[in-house]
Order: sequence, then structure tokens, then C-alpha cells
Amino acid sequence: MIEQALHSISQFYPEIVIILTLCVIIVADLIIKSDKPVTGWIMLGGLVISGITILFQAGQNGSFFYNMVVVDPFAVFFKLLLVLAGIFVVLFSLQSKELDSYYTRKGEYYMLLSGMMLGMMLMVSSTNLLMIYIAFEVTSISSYVLVGFTKKETDSAEASTKYIIYGAVSSGIMLYGISILIGFTGATDLAAINDALQNRADIPMILNISILMILVGMGFKIAVVPFHFWAPDVYEGAPITITAILAVASKTAALGLLIRFFSVSFIDSNGLTATGIWQTIEGIHWTTLLGGMAALAMIVGNLTALRQDNIKRMLAYSSIAHAGYLLMGVVILAQEGLASIMLYLFIYLFMNLGAFYVAMLFSNSIQTESIEKYKGLGFRAPLESIAMTIFLVSLTGIPPTGGFVAKLYIFSAAISGGWIWLVTIAGITTVISLFYYIRVVKNMFFYKPESNEGIIQFDLPSKTILLILLVPILLFGIYFSPILEFAKNSVQIFGM
Amino acid sequence: MIEIDWYLALSAVLFTIGLVGVLIRRNAIVIFMCVELMLNAVNLTLISFSSYHGDVTGQILVFFSLAVAAAEAVIGLAIILAIFRNNLSVDITKVNLLRW
Repeated sequence: MIEQALHSISQFYPEIVIILTLCVIIVADLIIKSDKPVTGWIMLGGLVISGITILFQAGQNGSFFYNMVVVDPFAVFFKLLLVLAGIFVVLFSLQSKELDSYYTRKGEYYMLLSGMMLGMMLMVSSTNLLMIYIAFEVTSISSYVLVGFTKKETDSAEASTKYIIYGAVSSGIMLYGISILIGFTGATDLAAINDALQNRADIPMILNISILMILVGMGFKIAVVPFHFWAPDVYEGAPITITAILAVASKTAALGLLIRFFSVSFIDSNGLTATGIWQTIEGIHWTTLLGGMAALAMIVGNLTALRQDNIKRMLAYSSIAHAGYLLMGVVILAQEGLASIMLYLFIYLFMNLGAFYVAMLFSNSIQTESIEKYKGLGFRAPLESIAMTIFLVSLTGIPPTGGFVAKLYIFSAAISGGWIWLVTIAGITTVISLFYYIRVVKNMFFYKPESNEGIIQFDLPSKTILLILLVPILLFGIYFSPILEFAKNSVQIFGM
Repeated sequence: MIEIDWYLALSAVLFTIGLVGVLIRRNAIVIFMCVELMLNAVNLTLISFSSYHGDVTGQILVFFSLAVAAAEAVIGLAIILAIFRNNLSVDITKVNLLRW
């Protein structure tokens, strides 16, 4: 028993590093009284070390802590994505002016951010319903506080209120679903649930309802229609750095959890067909349900984004739309669909973080988040505006950017799965999305700045970060096969 | 011996009361009380299934869910305090700056 635990610890280094970082941040915050953001640098170091330890886990495949967590290529891929997003968000936070007025509470901020990182890393690697629930809640509870971190701003406090009410209700519904699932199968381990379901001759309707309830909780985290109502308000009210991590990392973790949950618990490894595994759970037409959700997310997200003026709110609706495109890959729960989701998430990380970063730089220097006030910025901050244009073009999915490759793969996976109507909707909404992305570009470049507005200077670190975010987008537009190969290998553990 | 159906029915009723309460009440504190009711209904389901199967896992999950519910209540009350300082009210219909 002790050997088992000790052996498990040796596979748990990335998470242990994050936990240690959290503790060190608390202590450092107590001891060091300095105006410099020491805690931020500590967290950055912790995340980098954790990322390196994750790299050492590549290629492994095993189950640890009495089958609570696994280390497999799928988990490693998602953990790397999350740590990467975390590193970028810490770098953003170090530069954010919004957080500067709360400099005495910076330690708290980074502590909660590490807690959120830990929760998300456990979300993508847990294989037990108990662990899934706890990881889910660790992520949620840290993010509720972080959203309301700038609590003296009325909209931040409001966003946090809305987030916790939606979050508490949907996680309550999810827990009810989990309890029914445990009751009917008598197991908490995902593989054991699979065994129990295979041995049953009939699938009772209540089981379908319990899966629907679990889908509510996960849909809330991914922010997919009809569980998206919190997203625009929370994204607008939260500090931009937190909006960025919610839009990228939290969504990534929830998708990882969703994919693992469905493909491990409900896979029928004998009767695997091209359209995936959905027919294993009878009673509800799952593919149509998820396809409908994806279509609704694309339509609602893209159409509502058209009339937004706040850049964060516009990006929130755009992220709902992207959740729809991602969910399209879940509908095709086969190797091609899952691999294209992973490629999409990888590119989505860079382009969405980039868009939020430029929005933060503009908000730092001209104190506005309104797209109308972006007029003339193309002449006042040319480099940043060009970068923003590339990020937005990539979010639309126009070649030669990475966004095009991501969309191309997910669309072609859907076509080969026979989902022509879904791809049609996705194609039409992509064209619609061009209007609101290009509106930002138009405002930046097609208006002359007022005569009293000079050139805005940005410091070297911010230009470097921008370059680091830009290069992958342009690079993956032409050269993406390593990521795709890695993604395809990762999903093989689900027997696909 | 009371059959398991009755426990499950009771917890379903409690859960529904909690859910309806969240949807119709306007006081943020009452909303959180309704969320607690939902979580406790879930605990009842877990315990009754666990006793029915003679398996202790469900009861262990209840411990964790209690701890999570407590943490959520703490955060919730802190956030309610923050909006009370801004609005001098805990009526959530007045929390309406962000829309559309």
C-alpha cells in the first residue's frame, strides 16, 4: 500500500510543483514586503518547472493513486496546454494596470490562480467521479473569487455574483447526475462504470437523465448554448487577465474532462463504428442533441457578437461560437474528431490569448474597452494593431493563419462523419463572424486619429510577448503536422 | 424497513424545491440557501444508494460534497458582501449593470 502511494507520488510531480508554488506564494506574501510583484515571478517559475516535469511524463501510460488519476498522452497534452495558458496569463498579469490598484492583494491573486491551475490539471487527468467533482469545484471556487478580484468595481462584483450563482446551481445539478450514475452502476471509477453498463441488458431512462445532468455541469464550464448565459457578463466584468484564462484554460480543461468522461465511461470497444460511440447509450439521440447544441452555440454566439461594443464582451460571444465549433468535434467521437479538437484547442490558445493581450495593452494605455474608441489606433500603435488584426483574422479562420488549419480539420472531420447540415451552419456562421472581427480592424485602420492623440509607446517585454504569441499562429498556418500526429497518438488510448 | 424509492423520491422533491427556489427568489442569501438545499438533496441520494448497495463509496463522496458546499457558501457570502457594499442591497434584480 505504501509502495503504491510512493510510486504514485513519483508520477504526480507537476501537480506537486503547483501545490508547492501555492504554499510558497502564501509565505512569500507574508514575509516579503516589497512593491515588486515577487509572487507573480514565483508563480511563473513554478509553472515553468511544472511544465518541464510534464514533458518528462510524455509517452507514459499508467494509472495512479488507486485509479484516481492517470498519466497518459491525452492528459499530458491537455496539461501542457493548460500550463502554457497559465504562463501567458501570469505574464499578462505582471503587466496589467487594472490589477495595480490592488497591489497589496497580489499574493492572494497568484495563490488563487495556482489553485485554479491545480484544479484544471486534475480535471483533465482524473478518472474517478469523486476526483472529477473535486477537481471541477477547485477550479470553480478559485475562479469565482478571481472574477470578483477587483471588487470595488461594481461590474466585477456583479460578474462574480452571477458566476457563482450559475456555477453553484450547475455544479449542484451535475452532482445530482453523478449521484444517480453512482447509484445505478454502483461504481465511481469510469472504467468500472463502463463494465457495469456493458453488463446491463437495458439502459433505464433515468440513466440518460443523469448523463444529461452531468452534461449541464460540463456545458456550463465550456460555455456552450444553452448554458452560456453567464459567459458574456462574467467575461465583461472580470479583469482581462482572468477573462483570458476563463476563455482559454477553463474551456480547454472542461473539454478534456468531457471527452474523457464520455469516451471512457460509455465506449463499447467491441462495436466501434465510424460515427463514434454514441449509440452505446440508448434512449436519447445523443449525436443529434450535441450537434444541435453545437449549431445553437455557433448561431447564438456569432449573431449576438455582431452588436457588441465592449471588446471583452465581443470576445466572450466569439468564444461561445468557438465552443460550438469545438463541440462539433465531440459529436464525431472518433479519432479524427478528437484529434481535430486537440489541434483546434492548441491554436485557439494562441489566437485568443493574443486578442485578449492586445485588448489589455490598449486598455492599459488608453483606458477603454470600447471598440468604437479603437478608431485611429492603427496609426497610434501600428505594431499592436497589426498583431490584433492577425489574431482576429486567425479567429475567423482565414488562411494563411493557424485558425484556418484548425477550422479546416474540424470541418473535414465533420464532413467525413456525414454531418453536412452541421458543417453548412458552421460555414455560414464563420462568414458572419467575419463582420464583427473585421469591424475592429476597420475601426483601427480606416479612421484618422484626432490631432491631439500621439503615438502610444509600448515597452519591450510587451512586444516580446506579442511576438511569442504571433509566431505560432503564422507557423501553424503552414506547418502543423507534429501537433496533429501527437494528437492522433494521444486519442489512441481510448481505443480509437 | 423503508424502501429506497422513498428516500430517492424525497431527495428528488428537495432538489426540485431548491432548484425552483433559485429560479424564483430574488434575495441572494435565500438563493444560496436554496443551493444548499439542492446539495443536501444530492447527499441524501448518495447515502441512500450507498446503504442500498452496502458500499461505502457514496458516503465518502458525501464528506467531500459537504466540504465543497461549505467552501462554496463561504465564497458566496463573501461575494454577497461585496455587492452589498456596492449596492446597499442583496436583491439580485438590482445587480443589472451588465446586460446584452
